[in-house]
Amino acid sequence: MEPILKARNLVKRFGRVTALDGADFDLLPGEILSVIGDNGAGKSVMIKALSGALQVDSGDMFLEGNAFHFHSPIDARAAGIETVYQTLAMSPALSIADNMFMGRELRRPGLRGRLLRQLDRRAMEKFSREKLTELGLLTIQNINQAVETLSGGQRQGIAVARAAAFGSKVIILDEPTAALGVKESRRVLELIADVKSRGISIVLISHNMPHVFEISDRIHIHRLGKRLTVIKPDEFSMSDAVAFMTGAKRPEQEMAA
Amino acid sequence: MAESASKGQDFESVLSDSATEVAEFEDDRQGFVYKFQNLLHQNPAIVPLIVLVAAIVIFGALLGNKFFSPFALTLILQQVQIVGIVAAAQSLVILTAGIDLSVGAIMVLSSVVMGQFTFRYGLPPAVSVMCGLACGTFFGFVNGWLVAKVKLPPFIVTLGMWQIVLATNFLYSANETIRSQDIAEKAALLQIFGYKFKFYGAVFTVGAIFMVLLVLVLAYVLRQTSWGRHVYAVGDDPEAAELSGVQVSRILISVYMLSGLICAFAGWALIGRLGSVSPTAGQLANIESITAVVIGGISLFGGRGSILGTLFGALIVGVFTLGLRLLGTDPQWTFLLIGVLIIAAVAVDQWIRKVSV
Repeated sequence: MEPILKARNLVKRFGRVTALDGADFDLLPGEILSVIGDNGAGKSVMIKALSGALQVDSGDMFLEGNAFHFHSPIDARAAGIETVYQTLAMSPALSIADNMFMGRELRRPGLRGRLLRQLDRRAMEKFSREKLTELGLLTIQNINQAVETLSGGQRQGIAVARAAAFGSKVIILDEPTAALGVKESRRVLELIADVKSRGISIVLISHNMPHVFEISDRIHIHRLGKRLTVIKPDEFSMSDAVAFMTGAKRPEQEMAA
Repeated sequence: MAESASKGQDFESVLSDSATEVAEFEDDRQGFVYKFQNLLHQNPAIVPLIVLVAAIVIFGALLGNKFFSPFALTLILQQVQIVGIVAAAQSLVILTAGIDLSVGAIMVLSSVVMGQFTFRYGLPPAVSVMCGLACGTFFGFVNGWLVAKVKLPPFIVTLGMWQIVLATNFLYSANETIRSQDIAEKAALLQIFGYKFKFYGAVFTVGAIFMVLLVLVLAYVLRQTSWGRHVYAVGDDPEAAELSGVQVSRILISVYMLSGLICAFAGWALIGRLGSVSPTAGQLANIESITAVVIGGISLFGGRGSILGTLFGALIVGVFTLGLRLLGTDPQWTFLLIGVLIIAAVAVDQWIRKVSV
């Protein structure tokens, strides 16, 4: 099957530090691919390259077989790739609805929107409220609350809801459950499964092995700036995966799957 | 979903019984102070509004009709029009967590361009005005480009630009003032901002009305359009804004350009106010505009505050200046009180923010 998102031989250096050392990446259509690896293995850098947040020094990337080069996250979003960053990328002083629609605001229909460029606040608030309810973020009382008044978990929930609401081809989630409570984590995992059932491919970066093994179709193990191997969760145990990613054990065939 | 839930961890099995209603809390902190703090957090322009009303009431009580007349109150509007317009430009820049020290210099150079193009080159006044507005926008663009693309700190960029523009202003104008009579005779358009409407003793100038309209339009744009929301997002956290799809450099450049354009309008209004074109006018506009912005409750760290606050801030300064002058006090008392207000405004800002932390 042709991967929906593919990267070959990505290299990225920051001064003397090599973050990506010829990394490859394949995401198949409709699958959930987890990316695991030690801290500093280069997972986040690879994800940022795929989502347009940084530019690689060399290497090729393909979306549905077409080579692409994103100059900014806006390009990636326009191509149908949504990302939930570890830092969440929210403006704390602005409201939940403002943040959900940042960079793709809805204008009022008619002259007030076209001529006066007025935003359709009511529609944006209604949409945001629906998406948060879908995600079970019921502890949010007011959609016009500033994001800074929310807890870390609530903020993360909103970032996930934003990506799920707008992603059309690929959704990349960088540590989406790291700050969430038990119930909220479960909701995010359910949401991921739900998004997958809509035919959208998902990349999940996580350190939570039980979550990774529960939800993934395949697991990409990243080590020292490149892809070490790809495994299927039902063929290996969690301790095997940890052994691979820390270098305690070498996979039998490099570059499986 | 049932399948994935069954694969979950044991402790998650009780989740199916969890509550489903939207959380609601009885807020037992019903004290006046708490409610007030919350109100201020949602409407940051209320603090300067309260101070403004209080100042008018106090000076009115002390001075009676001398202060409470339509004439005196509209005189305040006329006196703050230049600072008010420049402060509107300054507010935009400060909302993006920048600062524009070149506002005063751009204003003066723009007014000089409007005057000299008319009198030195004999251009029609309307064309000269266009050139003056373009001049202000151009210097704003240079500021914005240096901040957004070369990534220099706004303080440094505009500090340098202040000197460059001011020197250009003196070199180009040869320190020459264009007299009021000449302008009135040959190019009345340049003085249009000084045109007065009388209304039951109240005197409104075009400049004062322009200032109020400008602030109202900017308030609308900042609240109701996506450009306005992006200005706040950029000031709040530029990296987050970039990642969530805001074209940060484009917003920054447009903000500095708009600031330059508004300063050029202030230069036009300055001709109306003075009657003449003077390259030495408006030297305090920088500091006075920043004062109005700070008293108006806009955070110097960006992303917070309302441009209506800036208008109130400028008016507060005007009320104090006129009120204390009518009381016959030493003008230094005005500066002293404004200093106290600046510090108090920032202290209140910090207190309001505690609601959010």
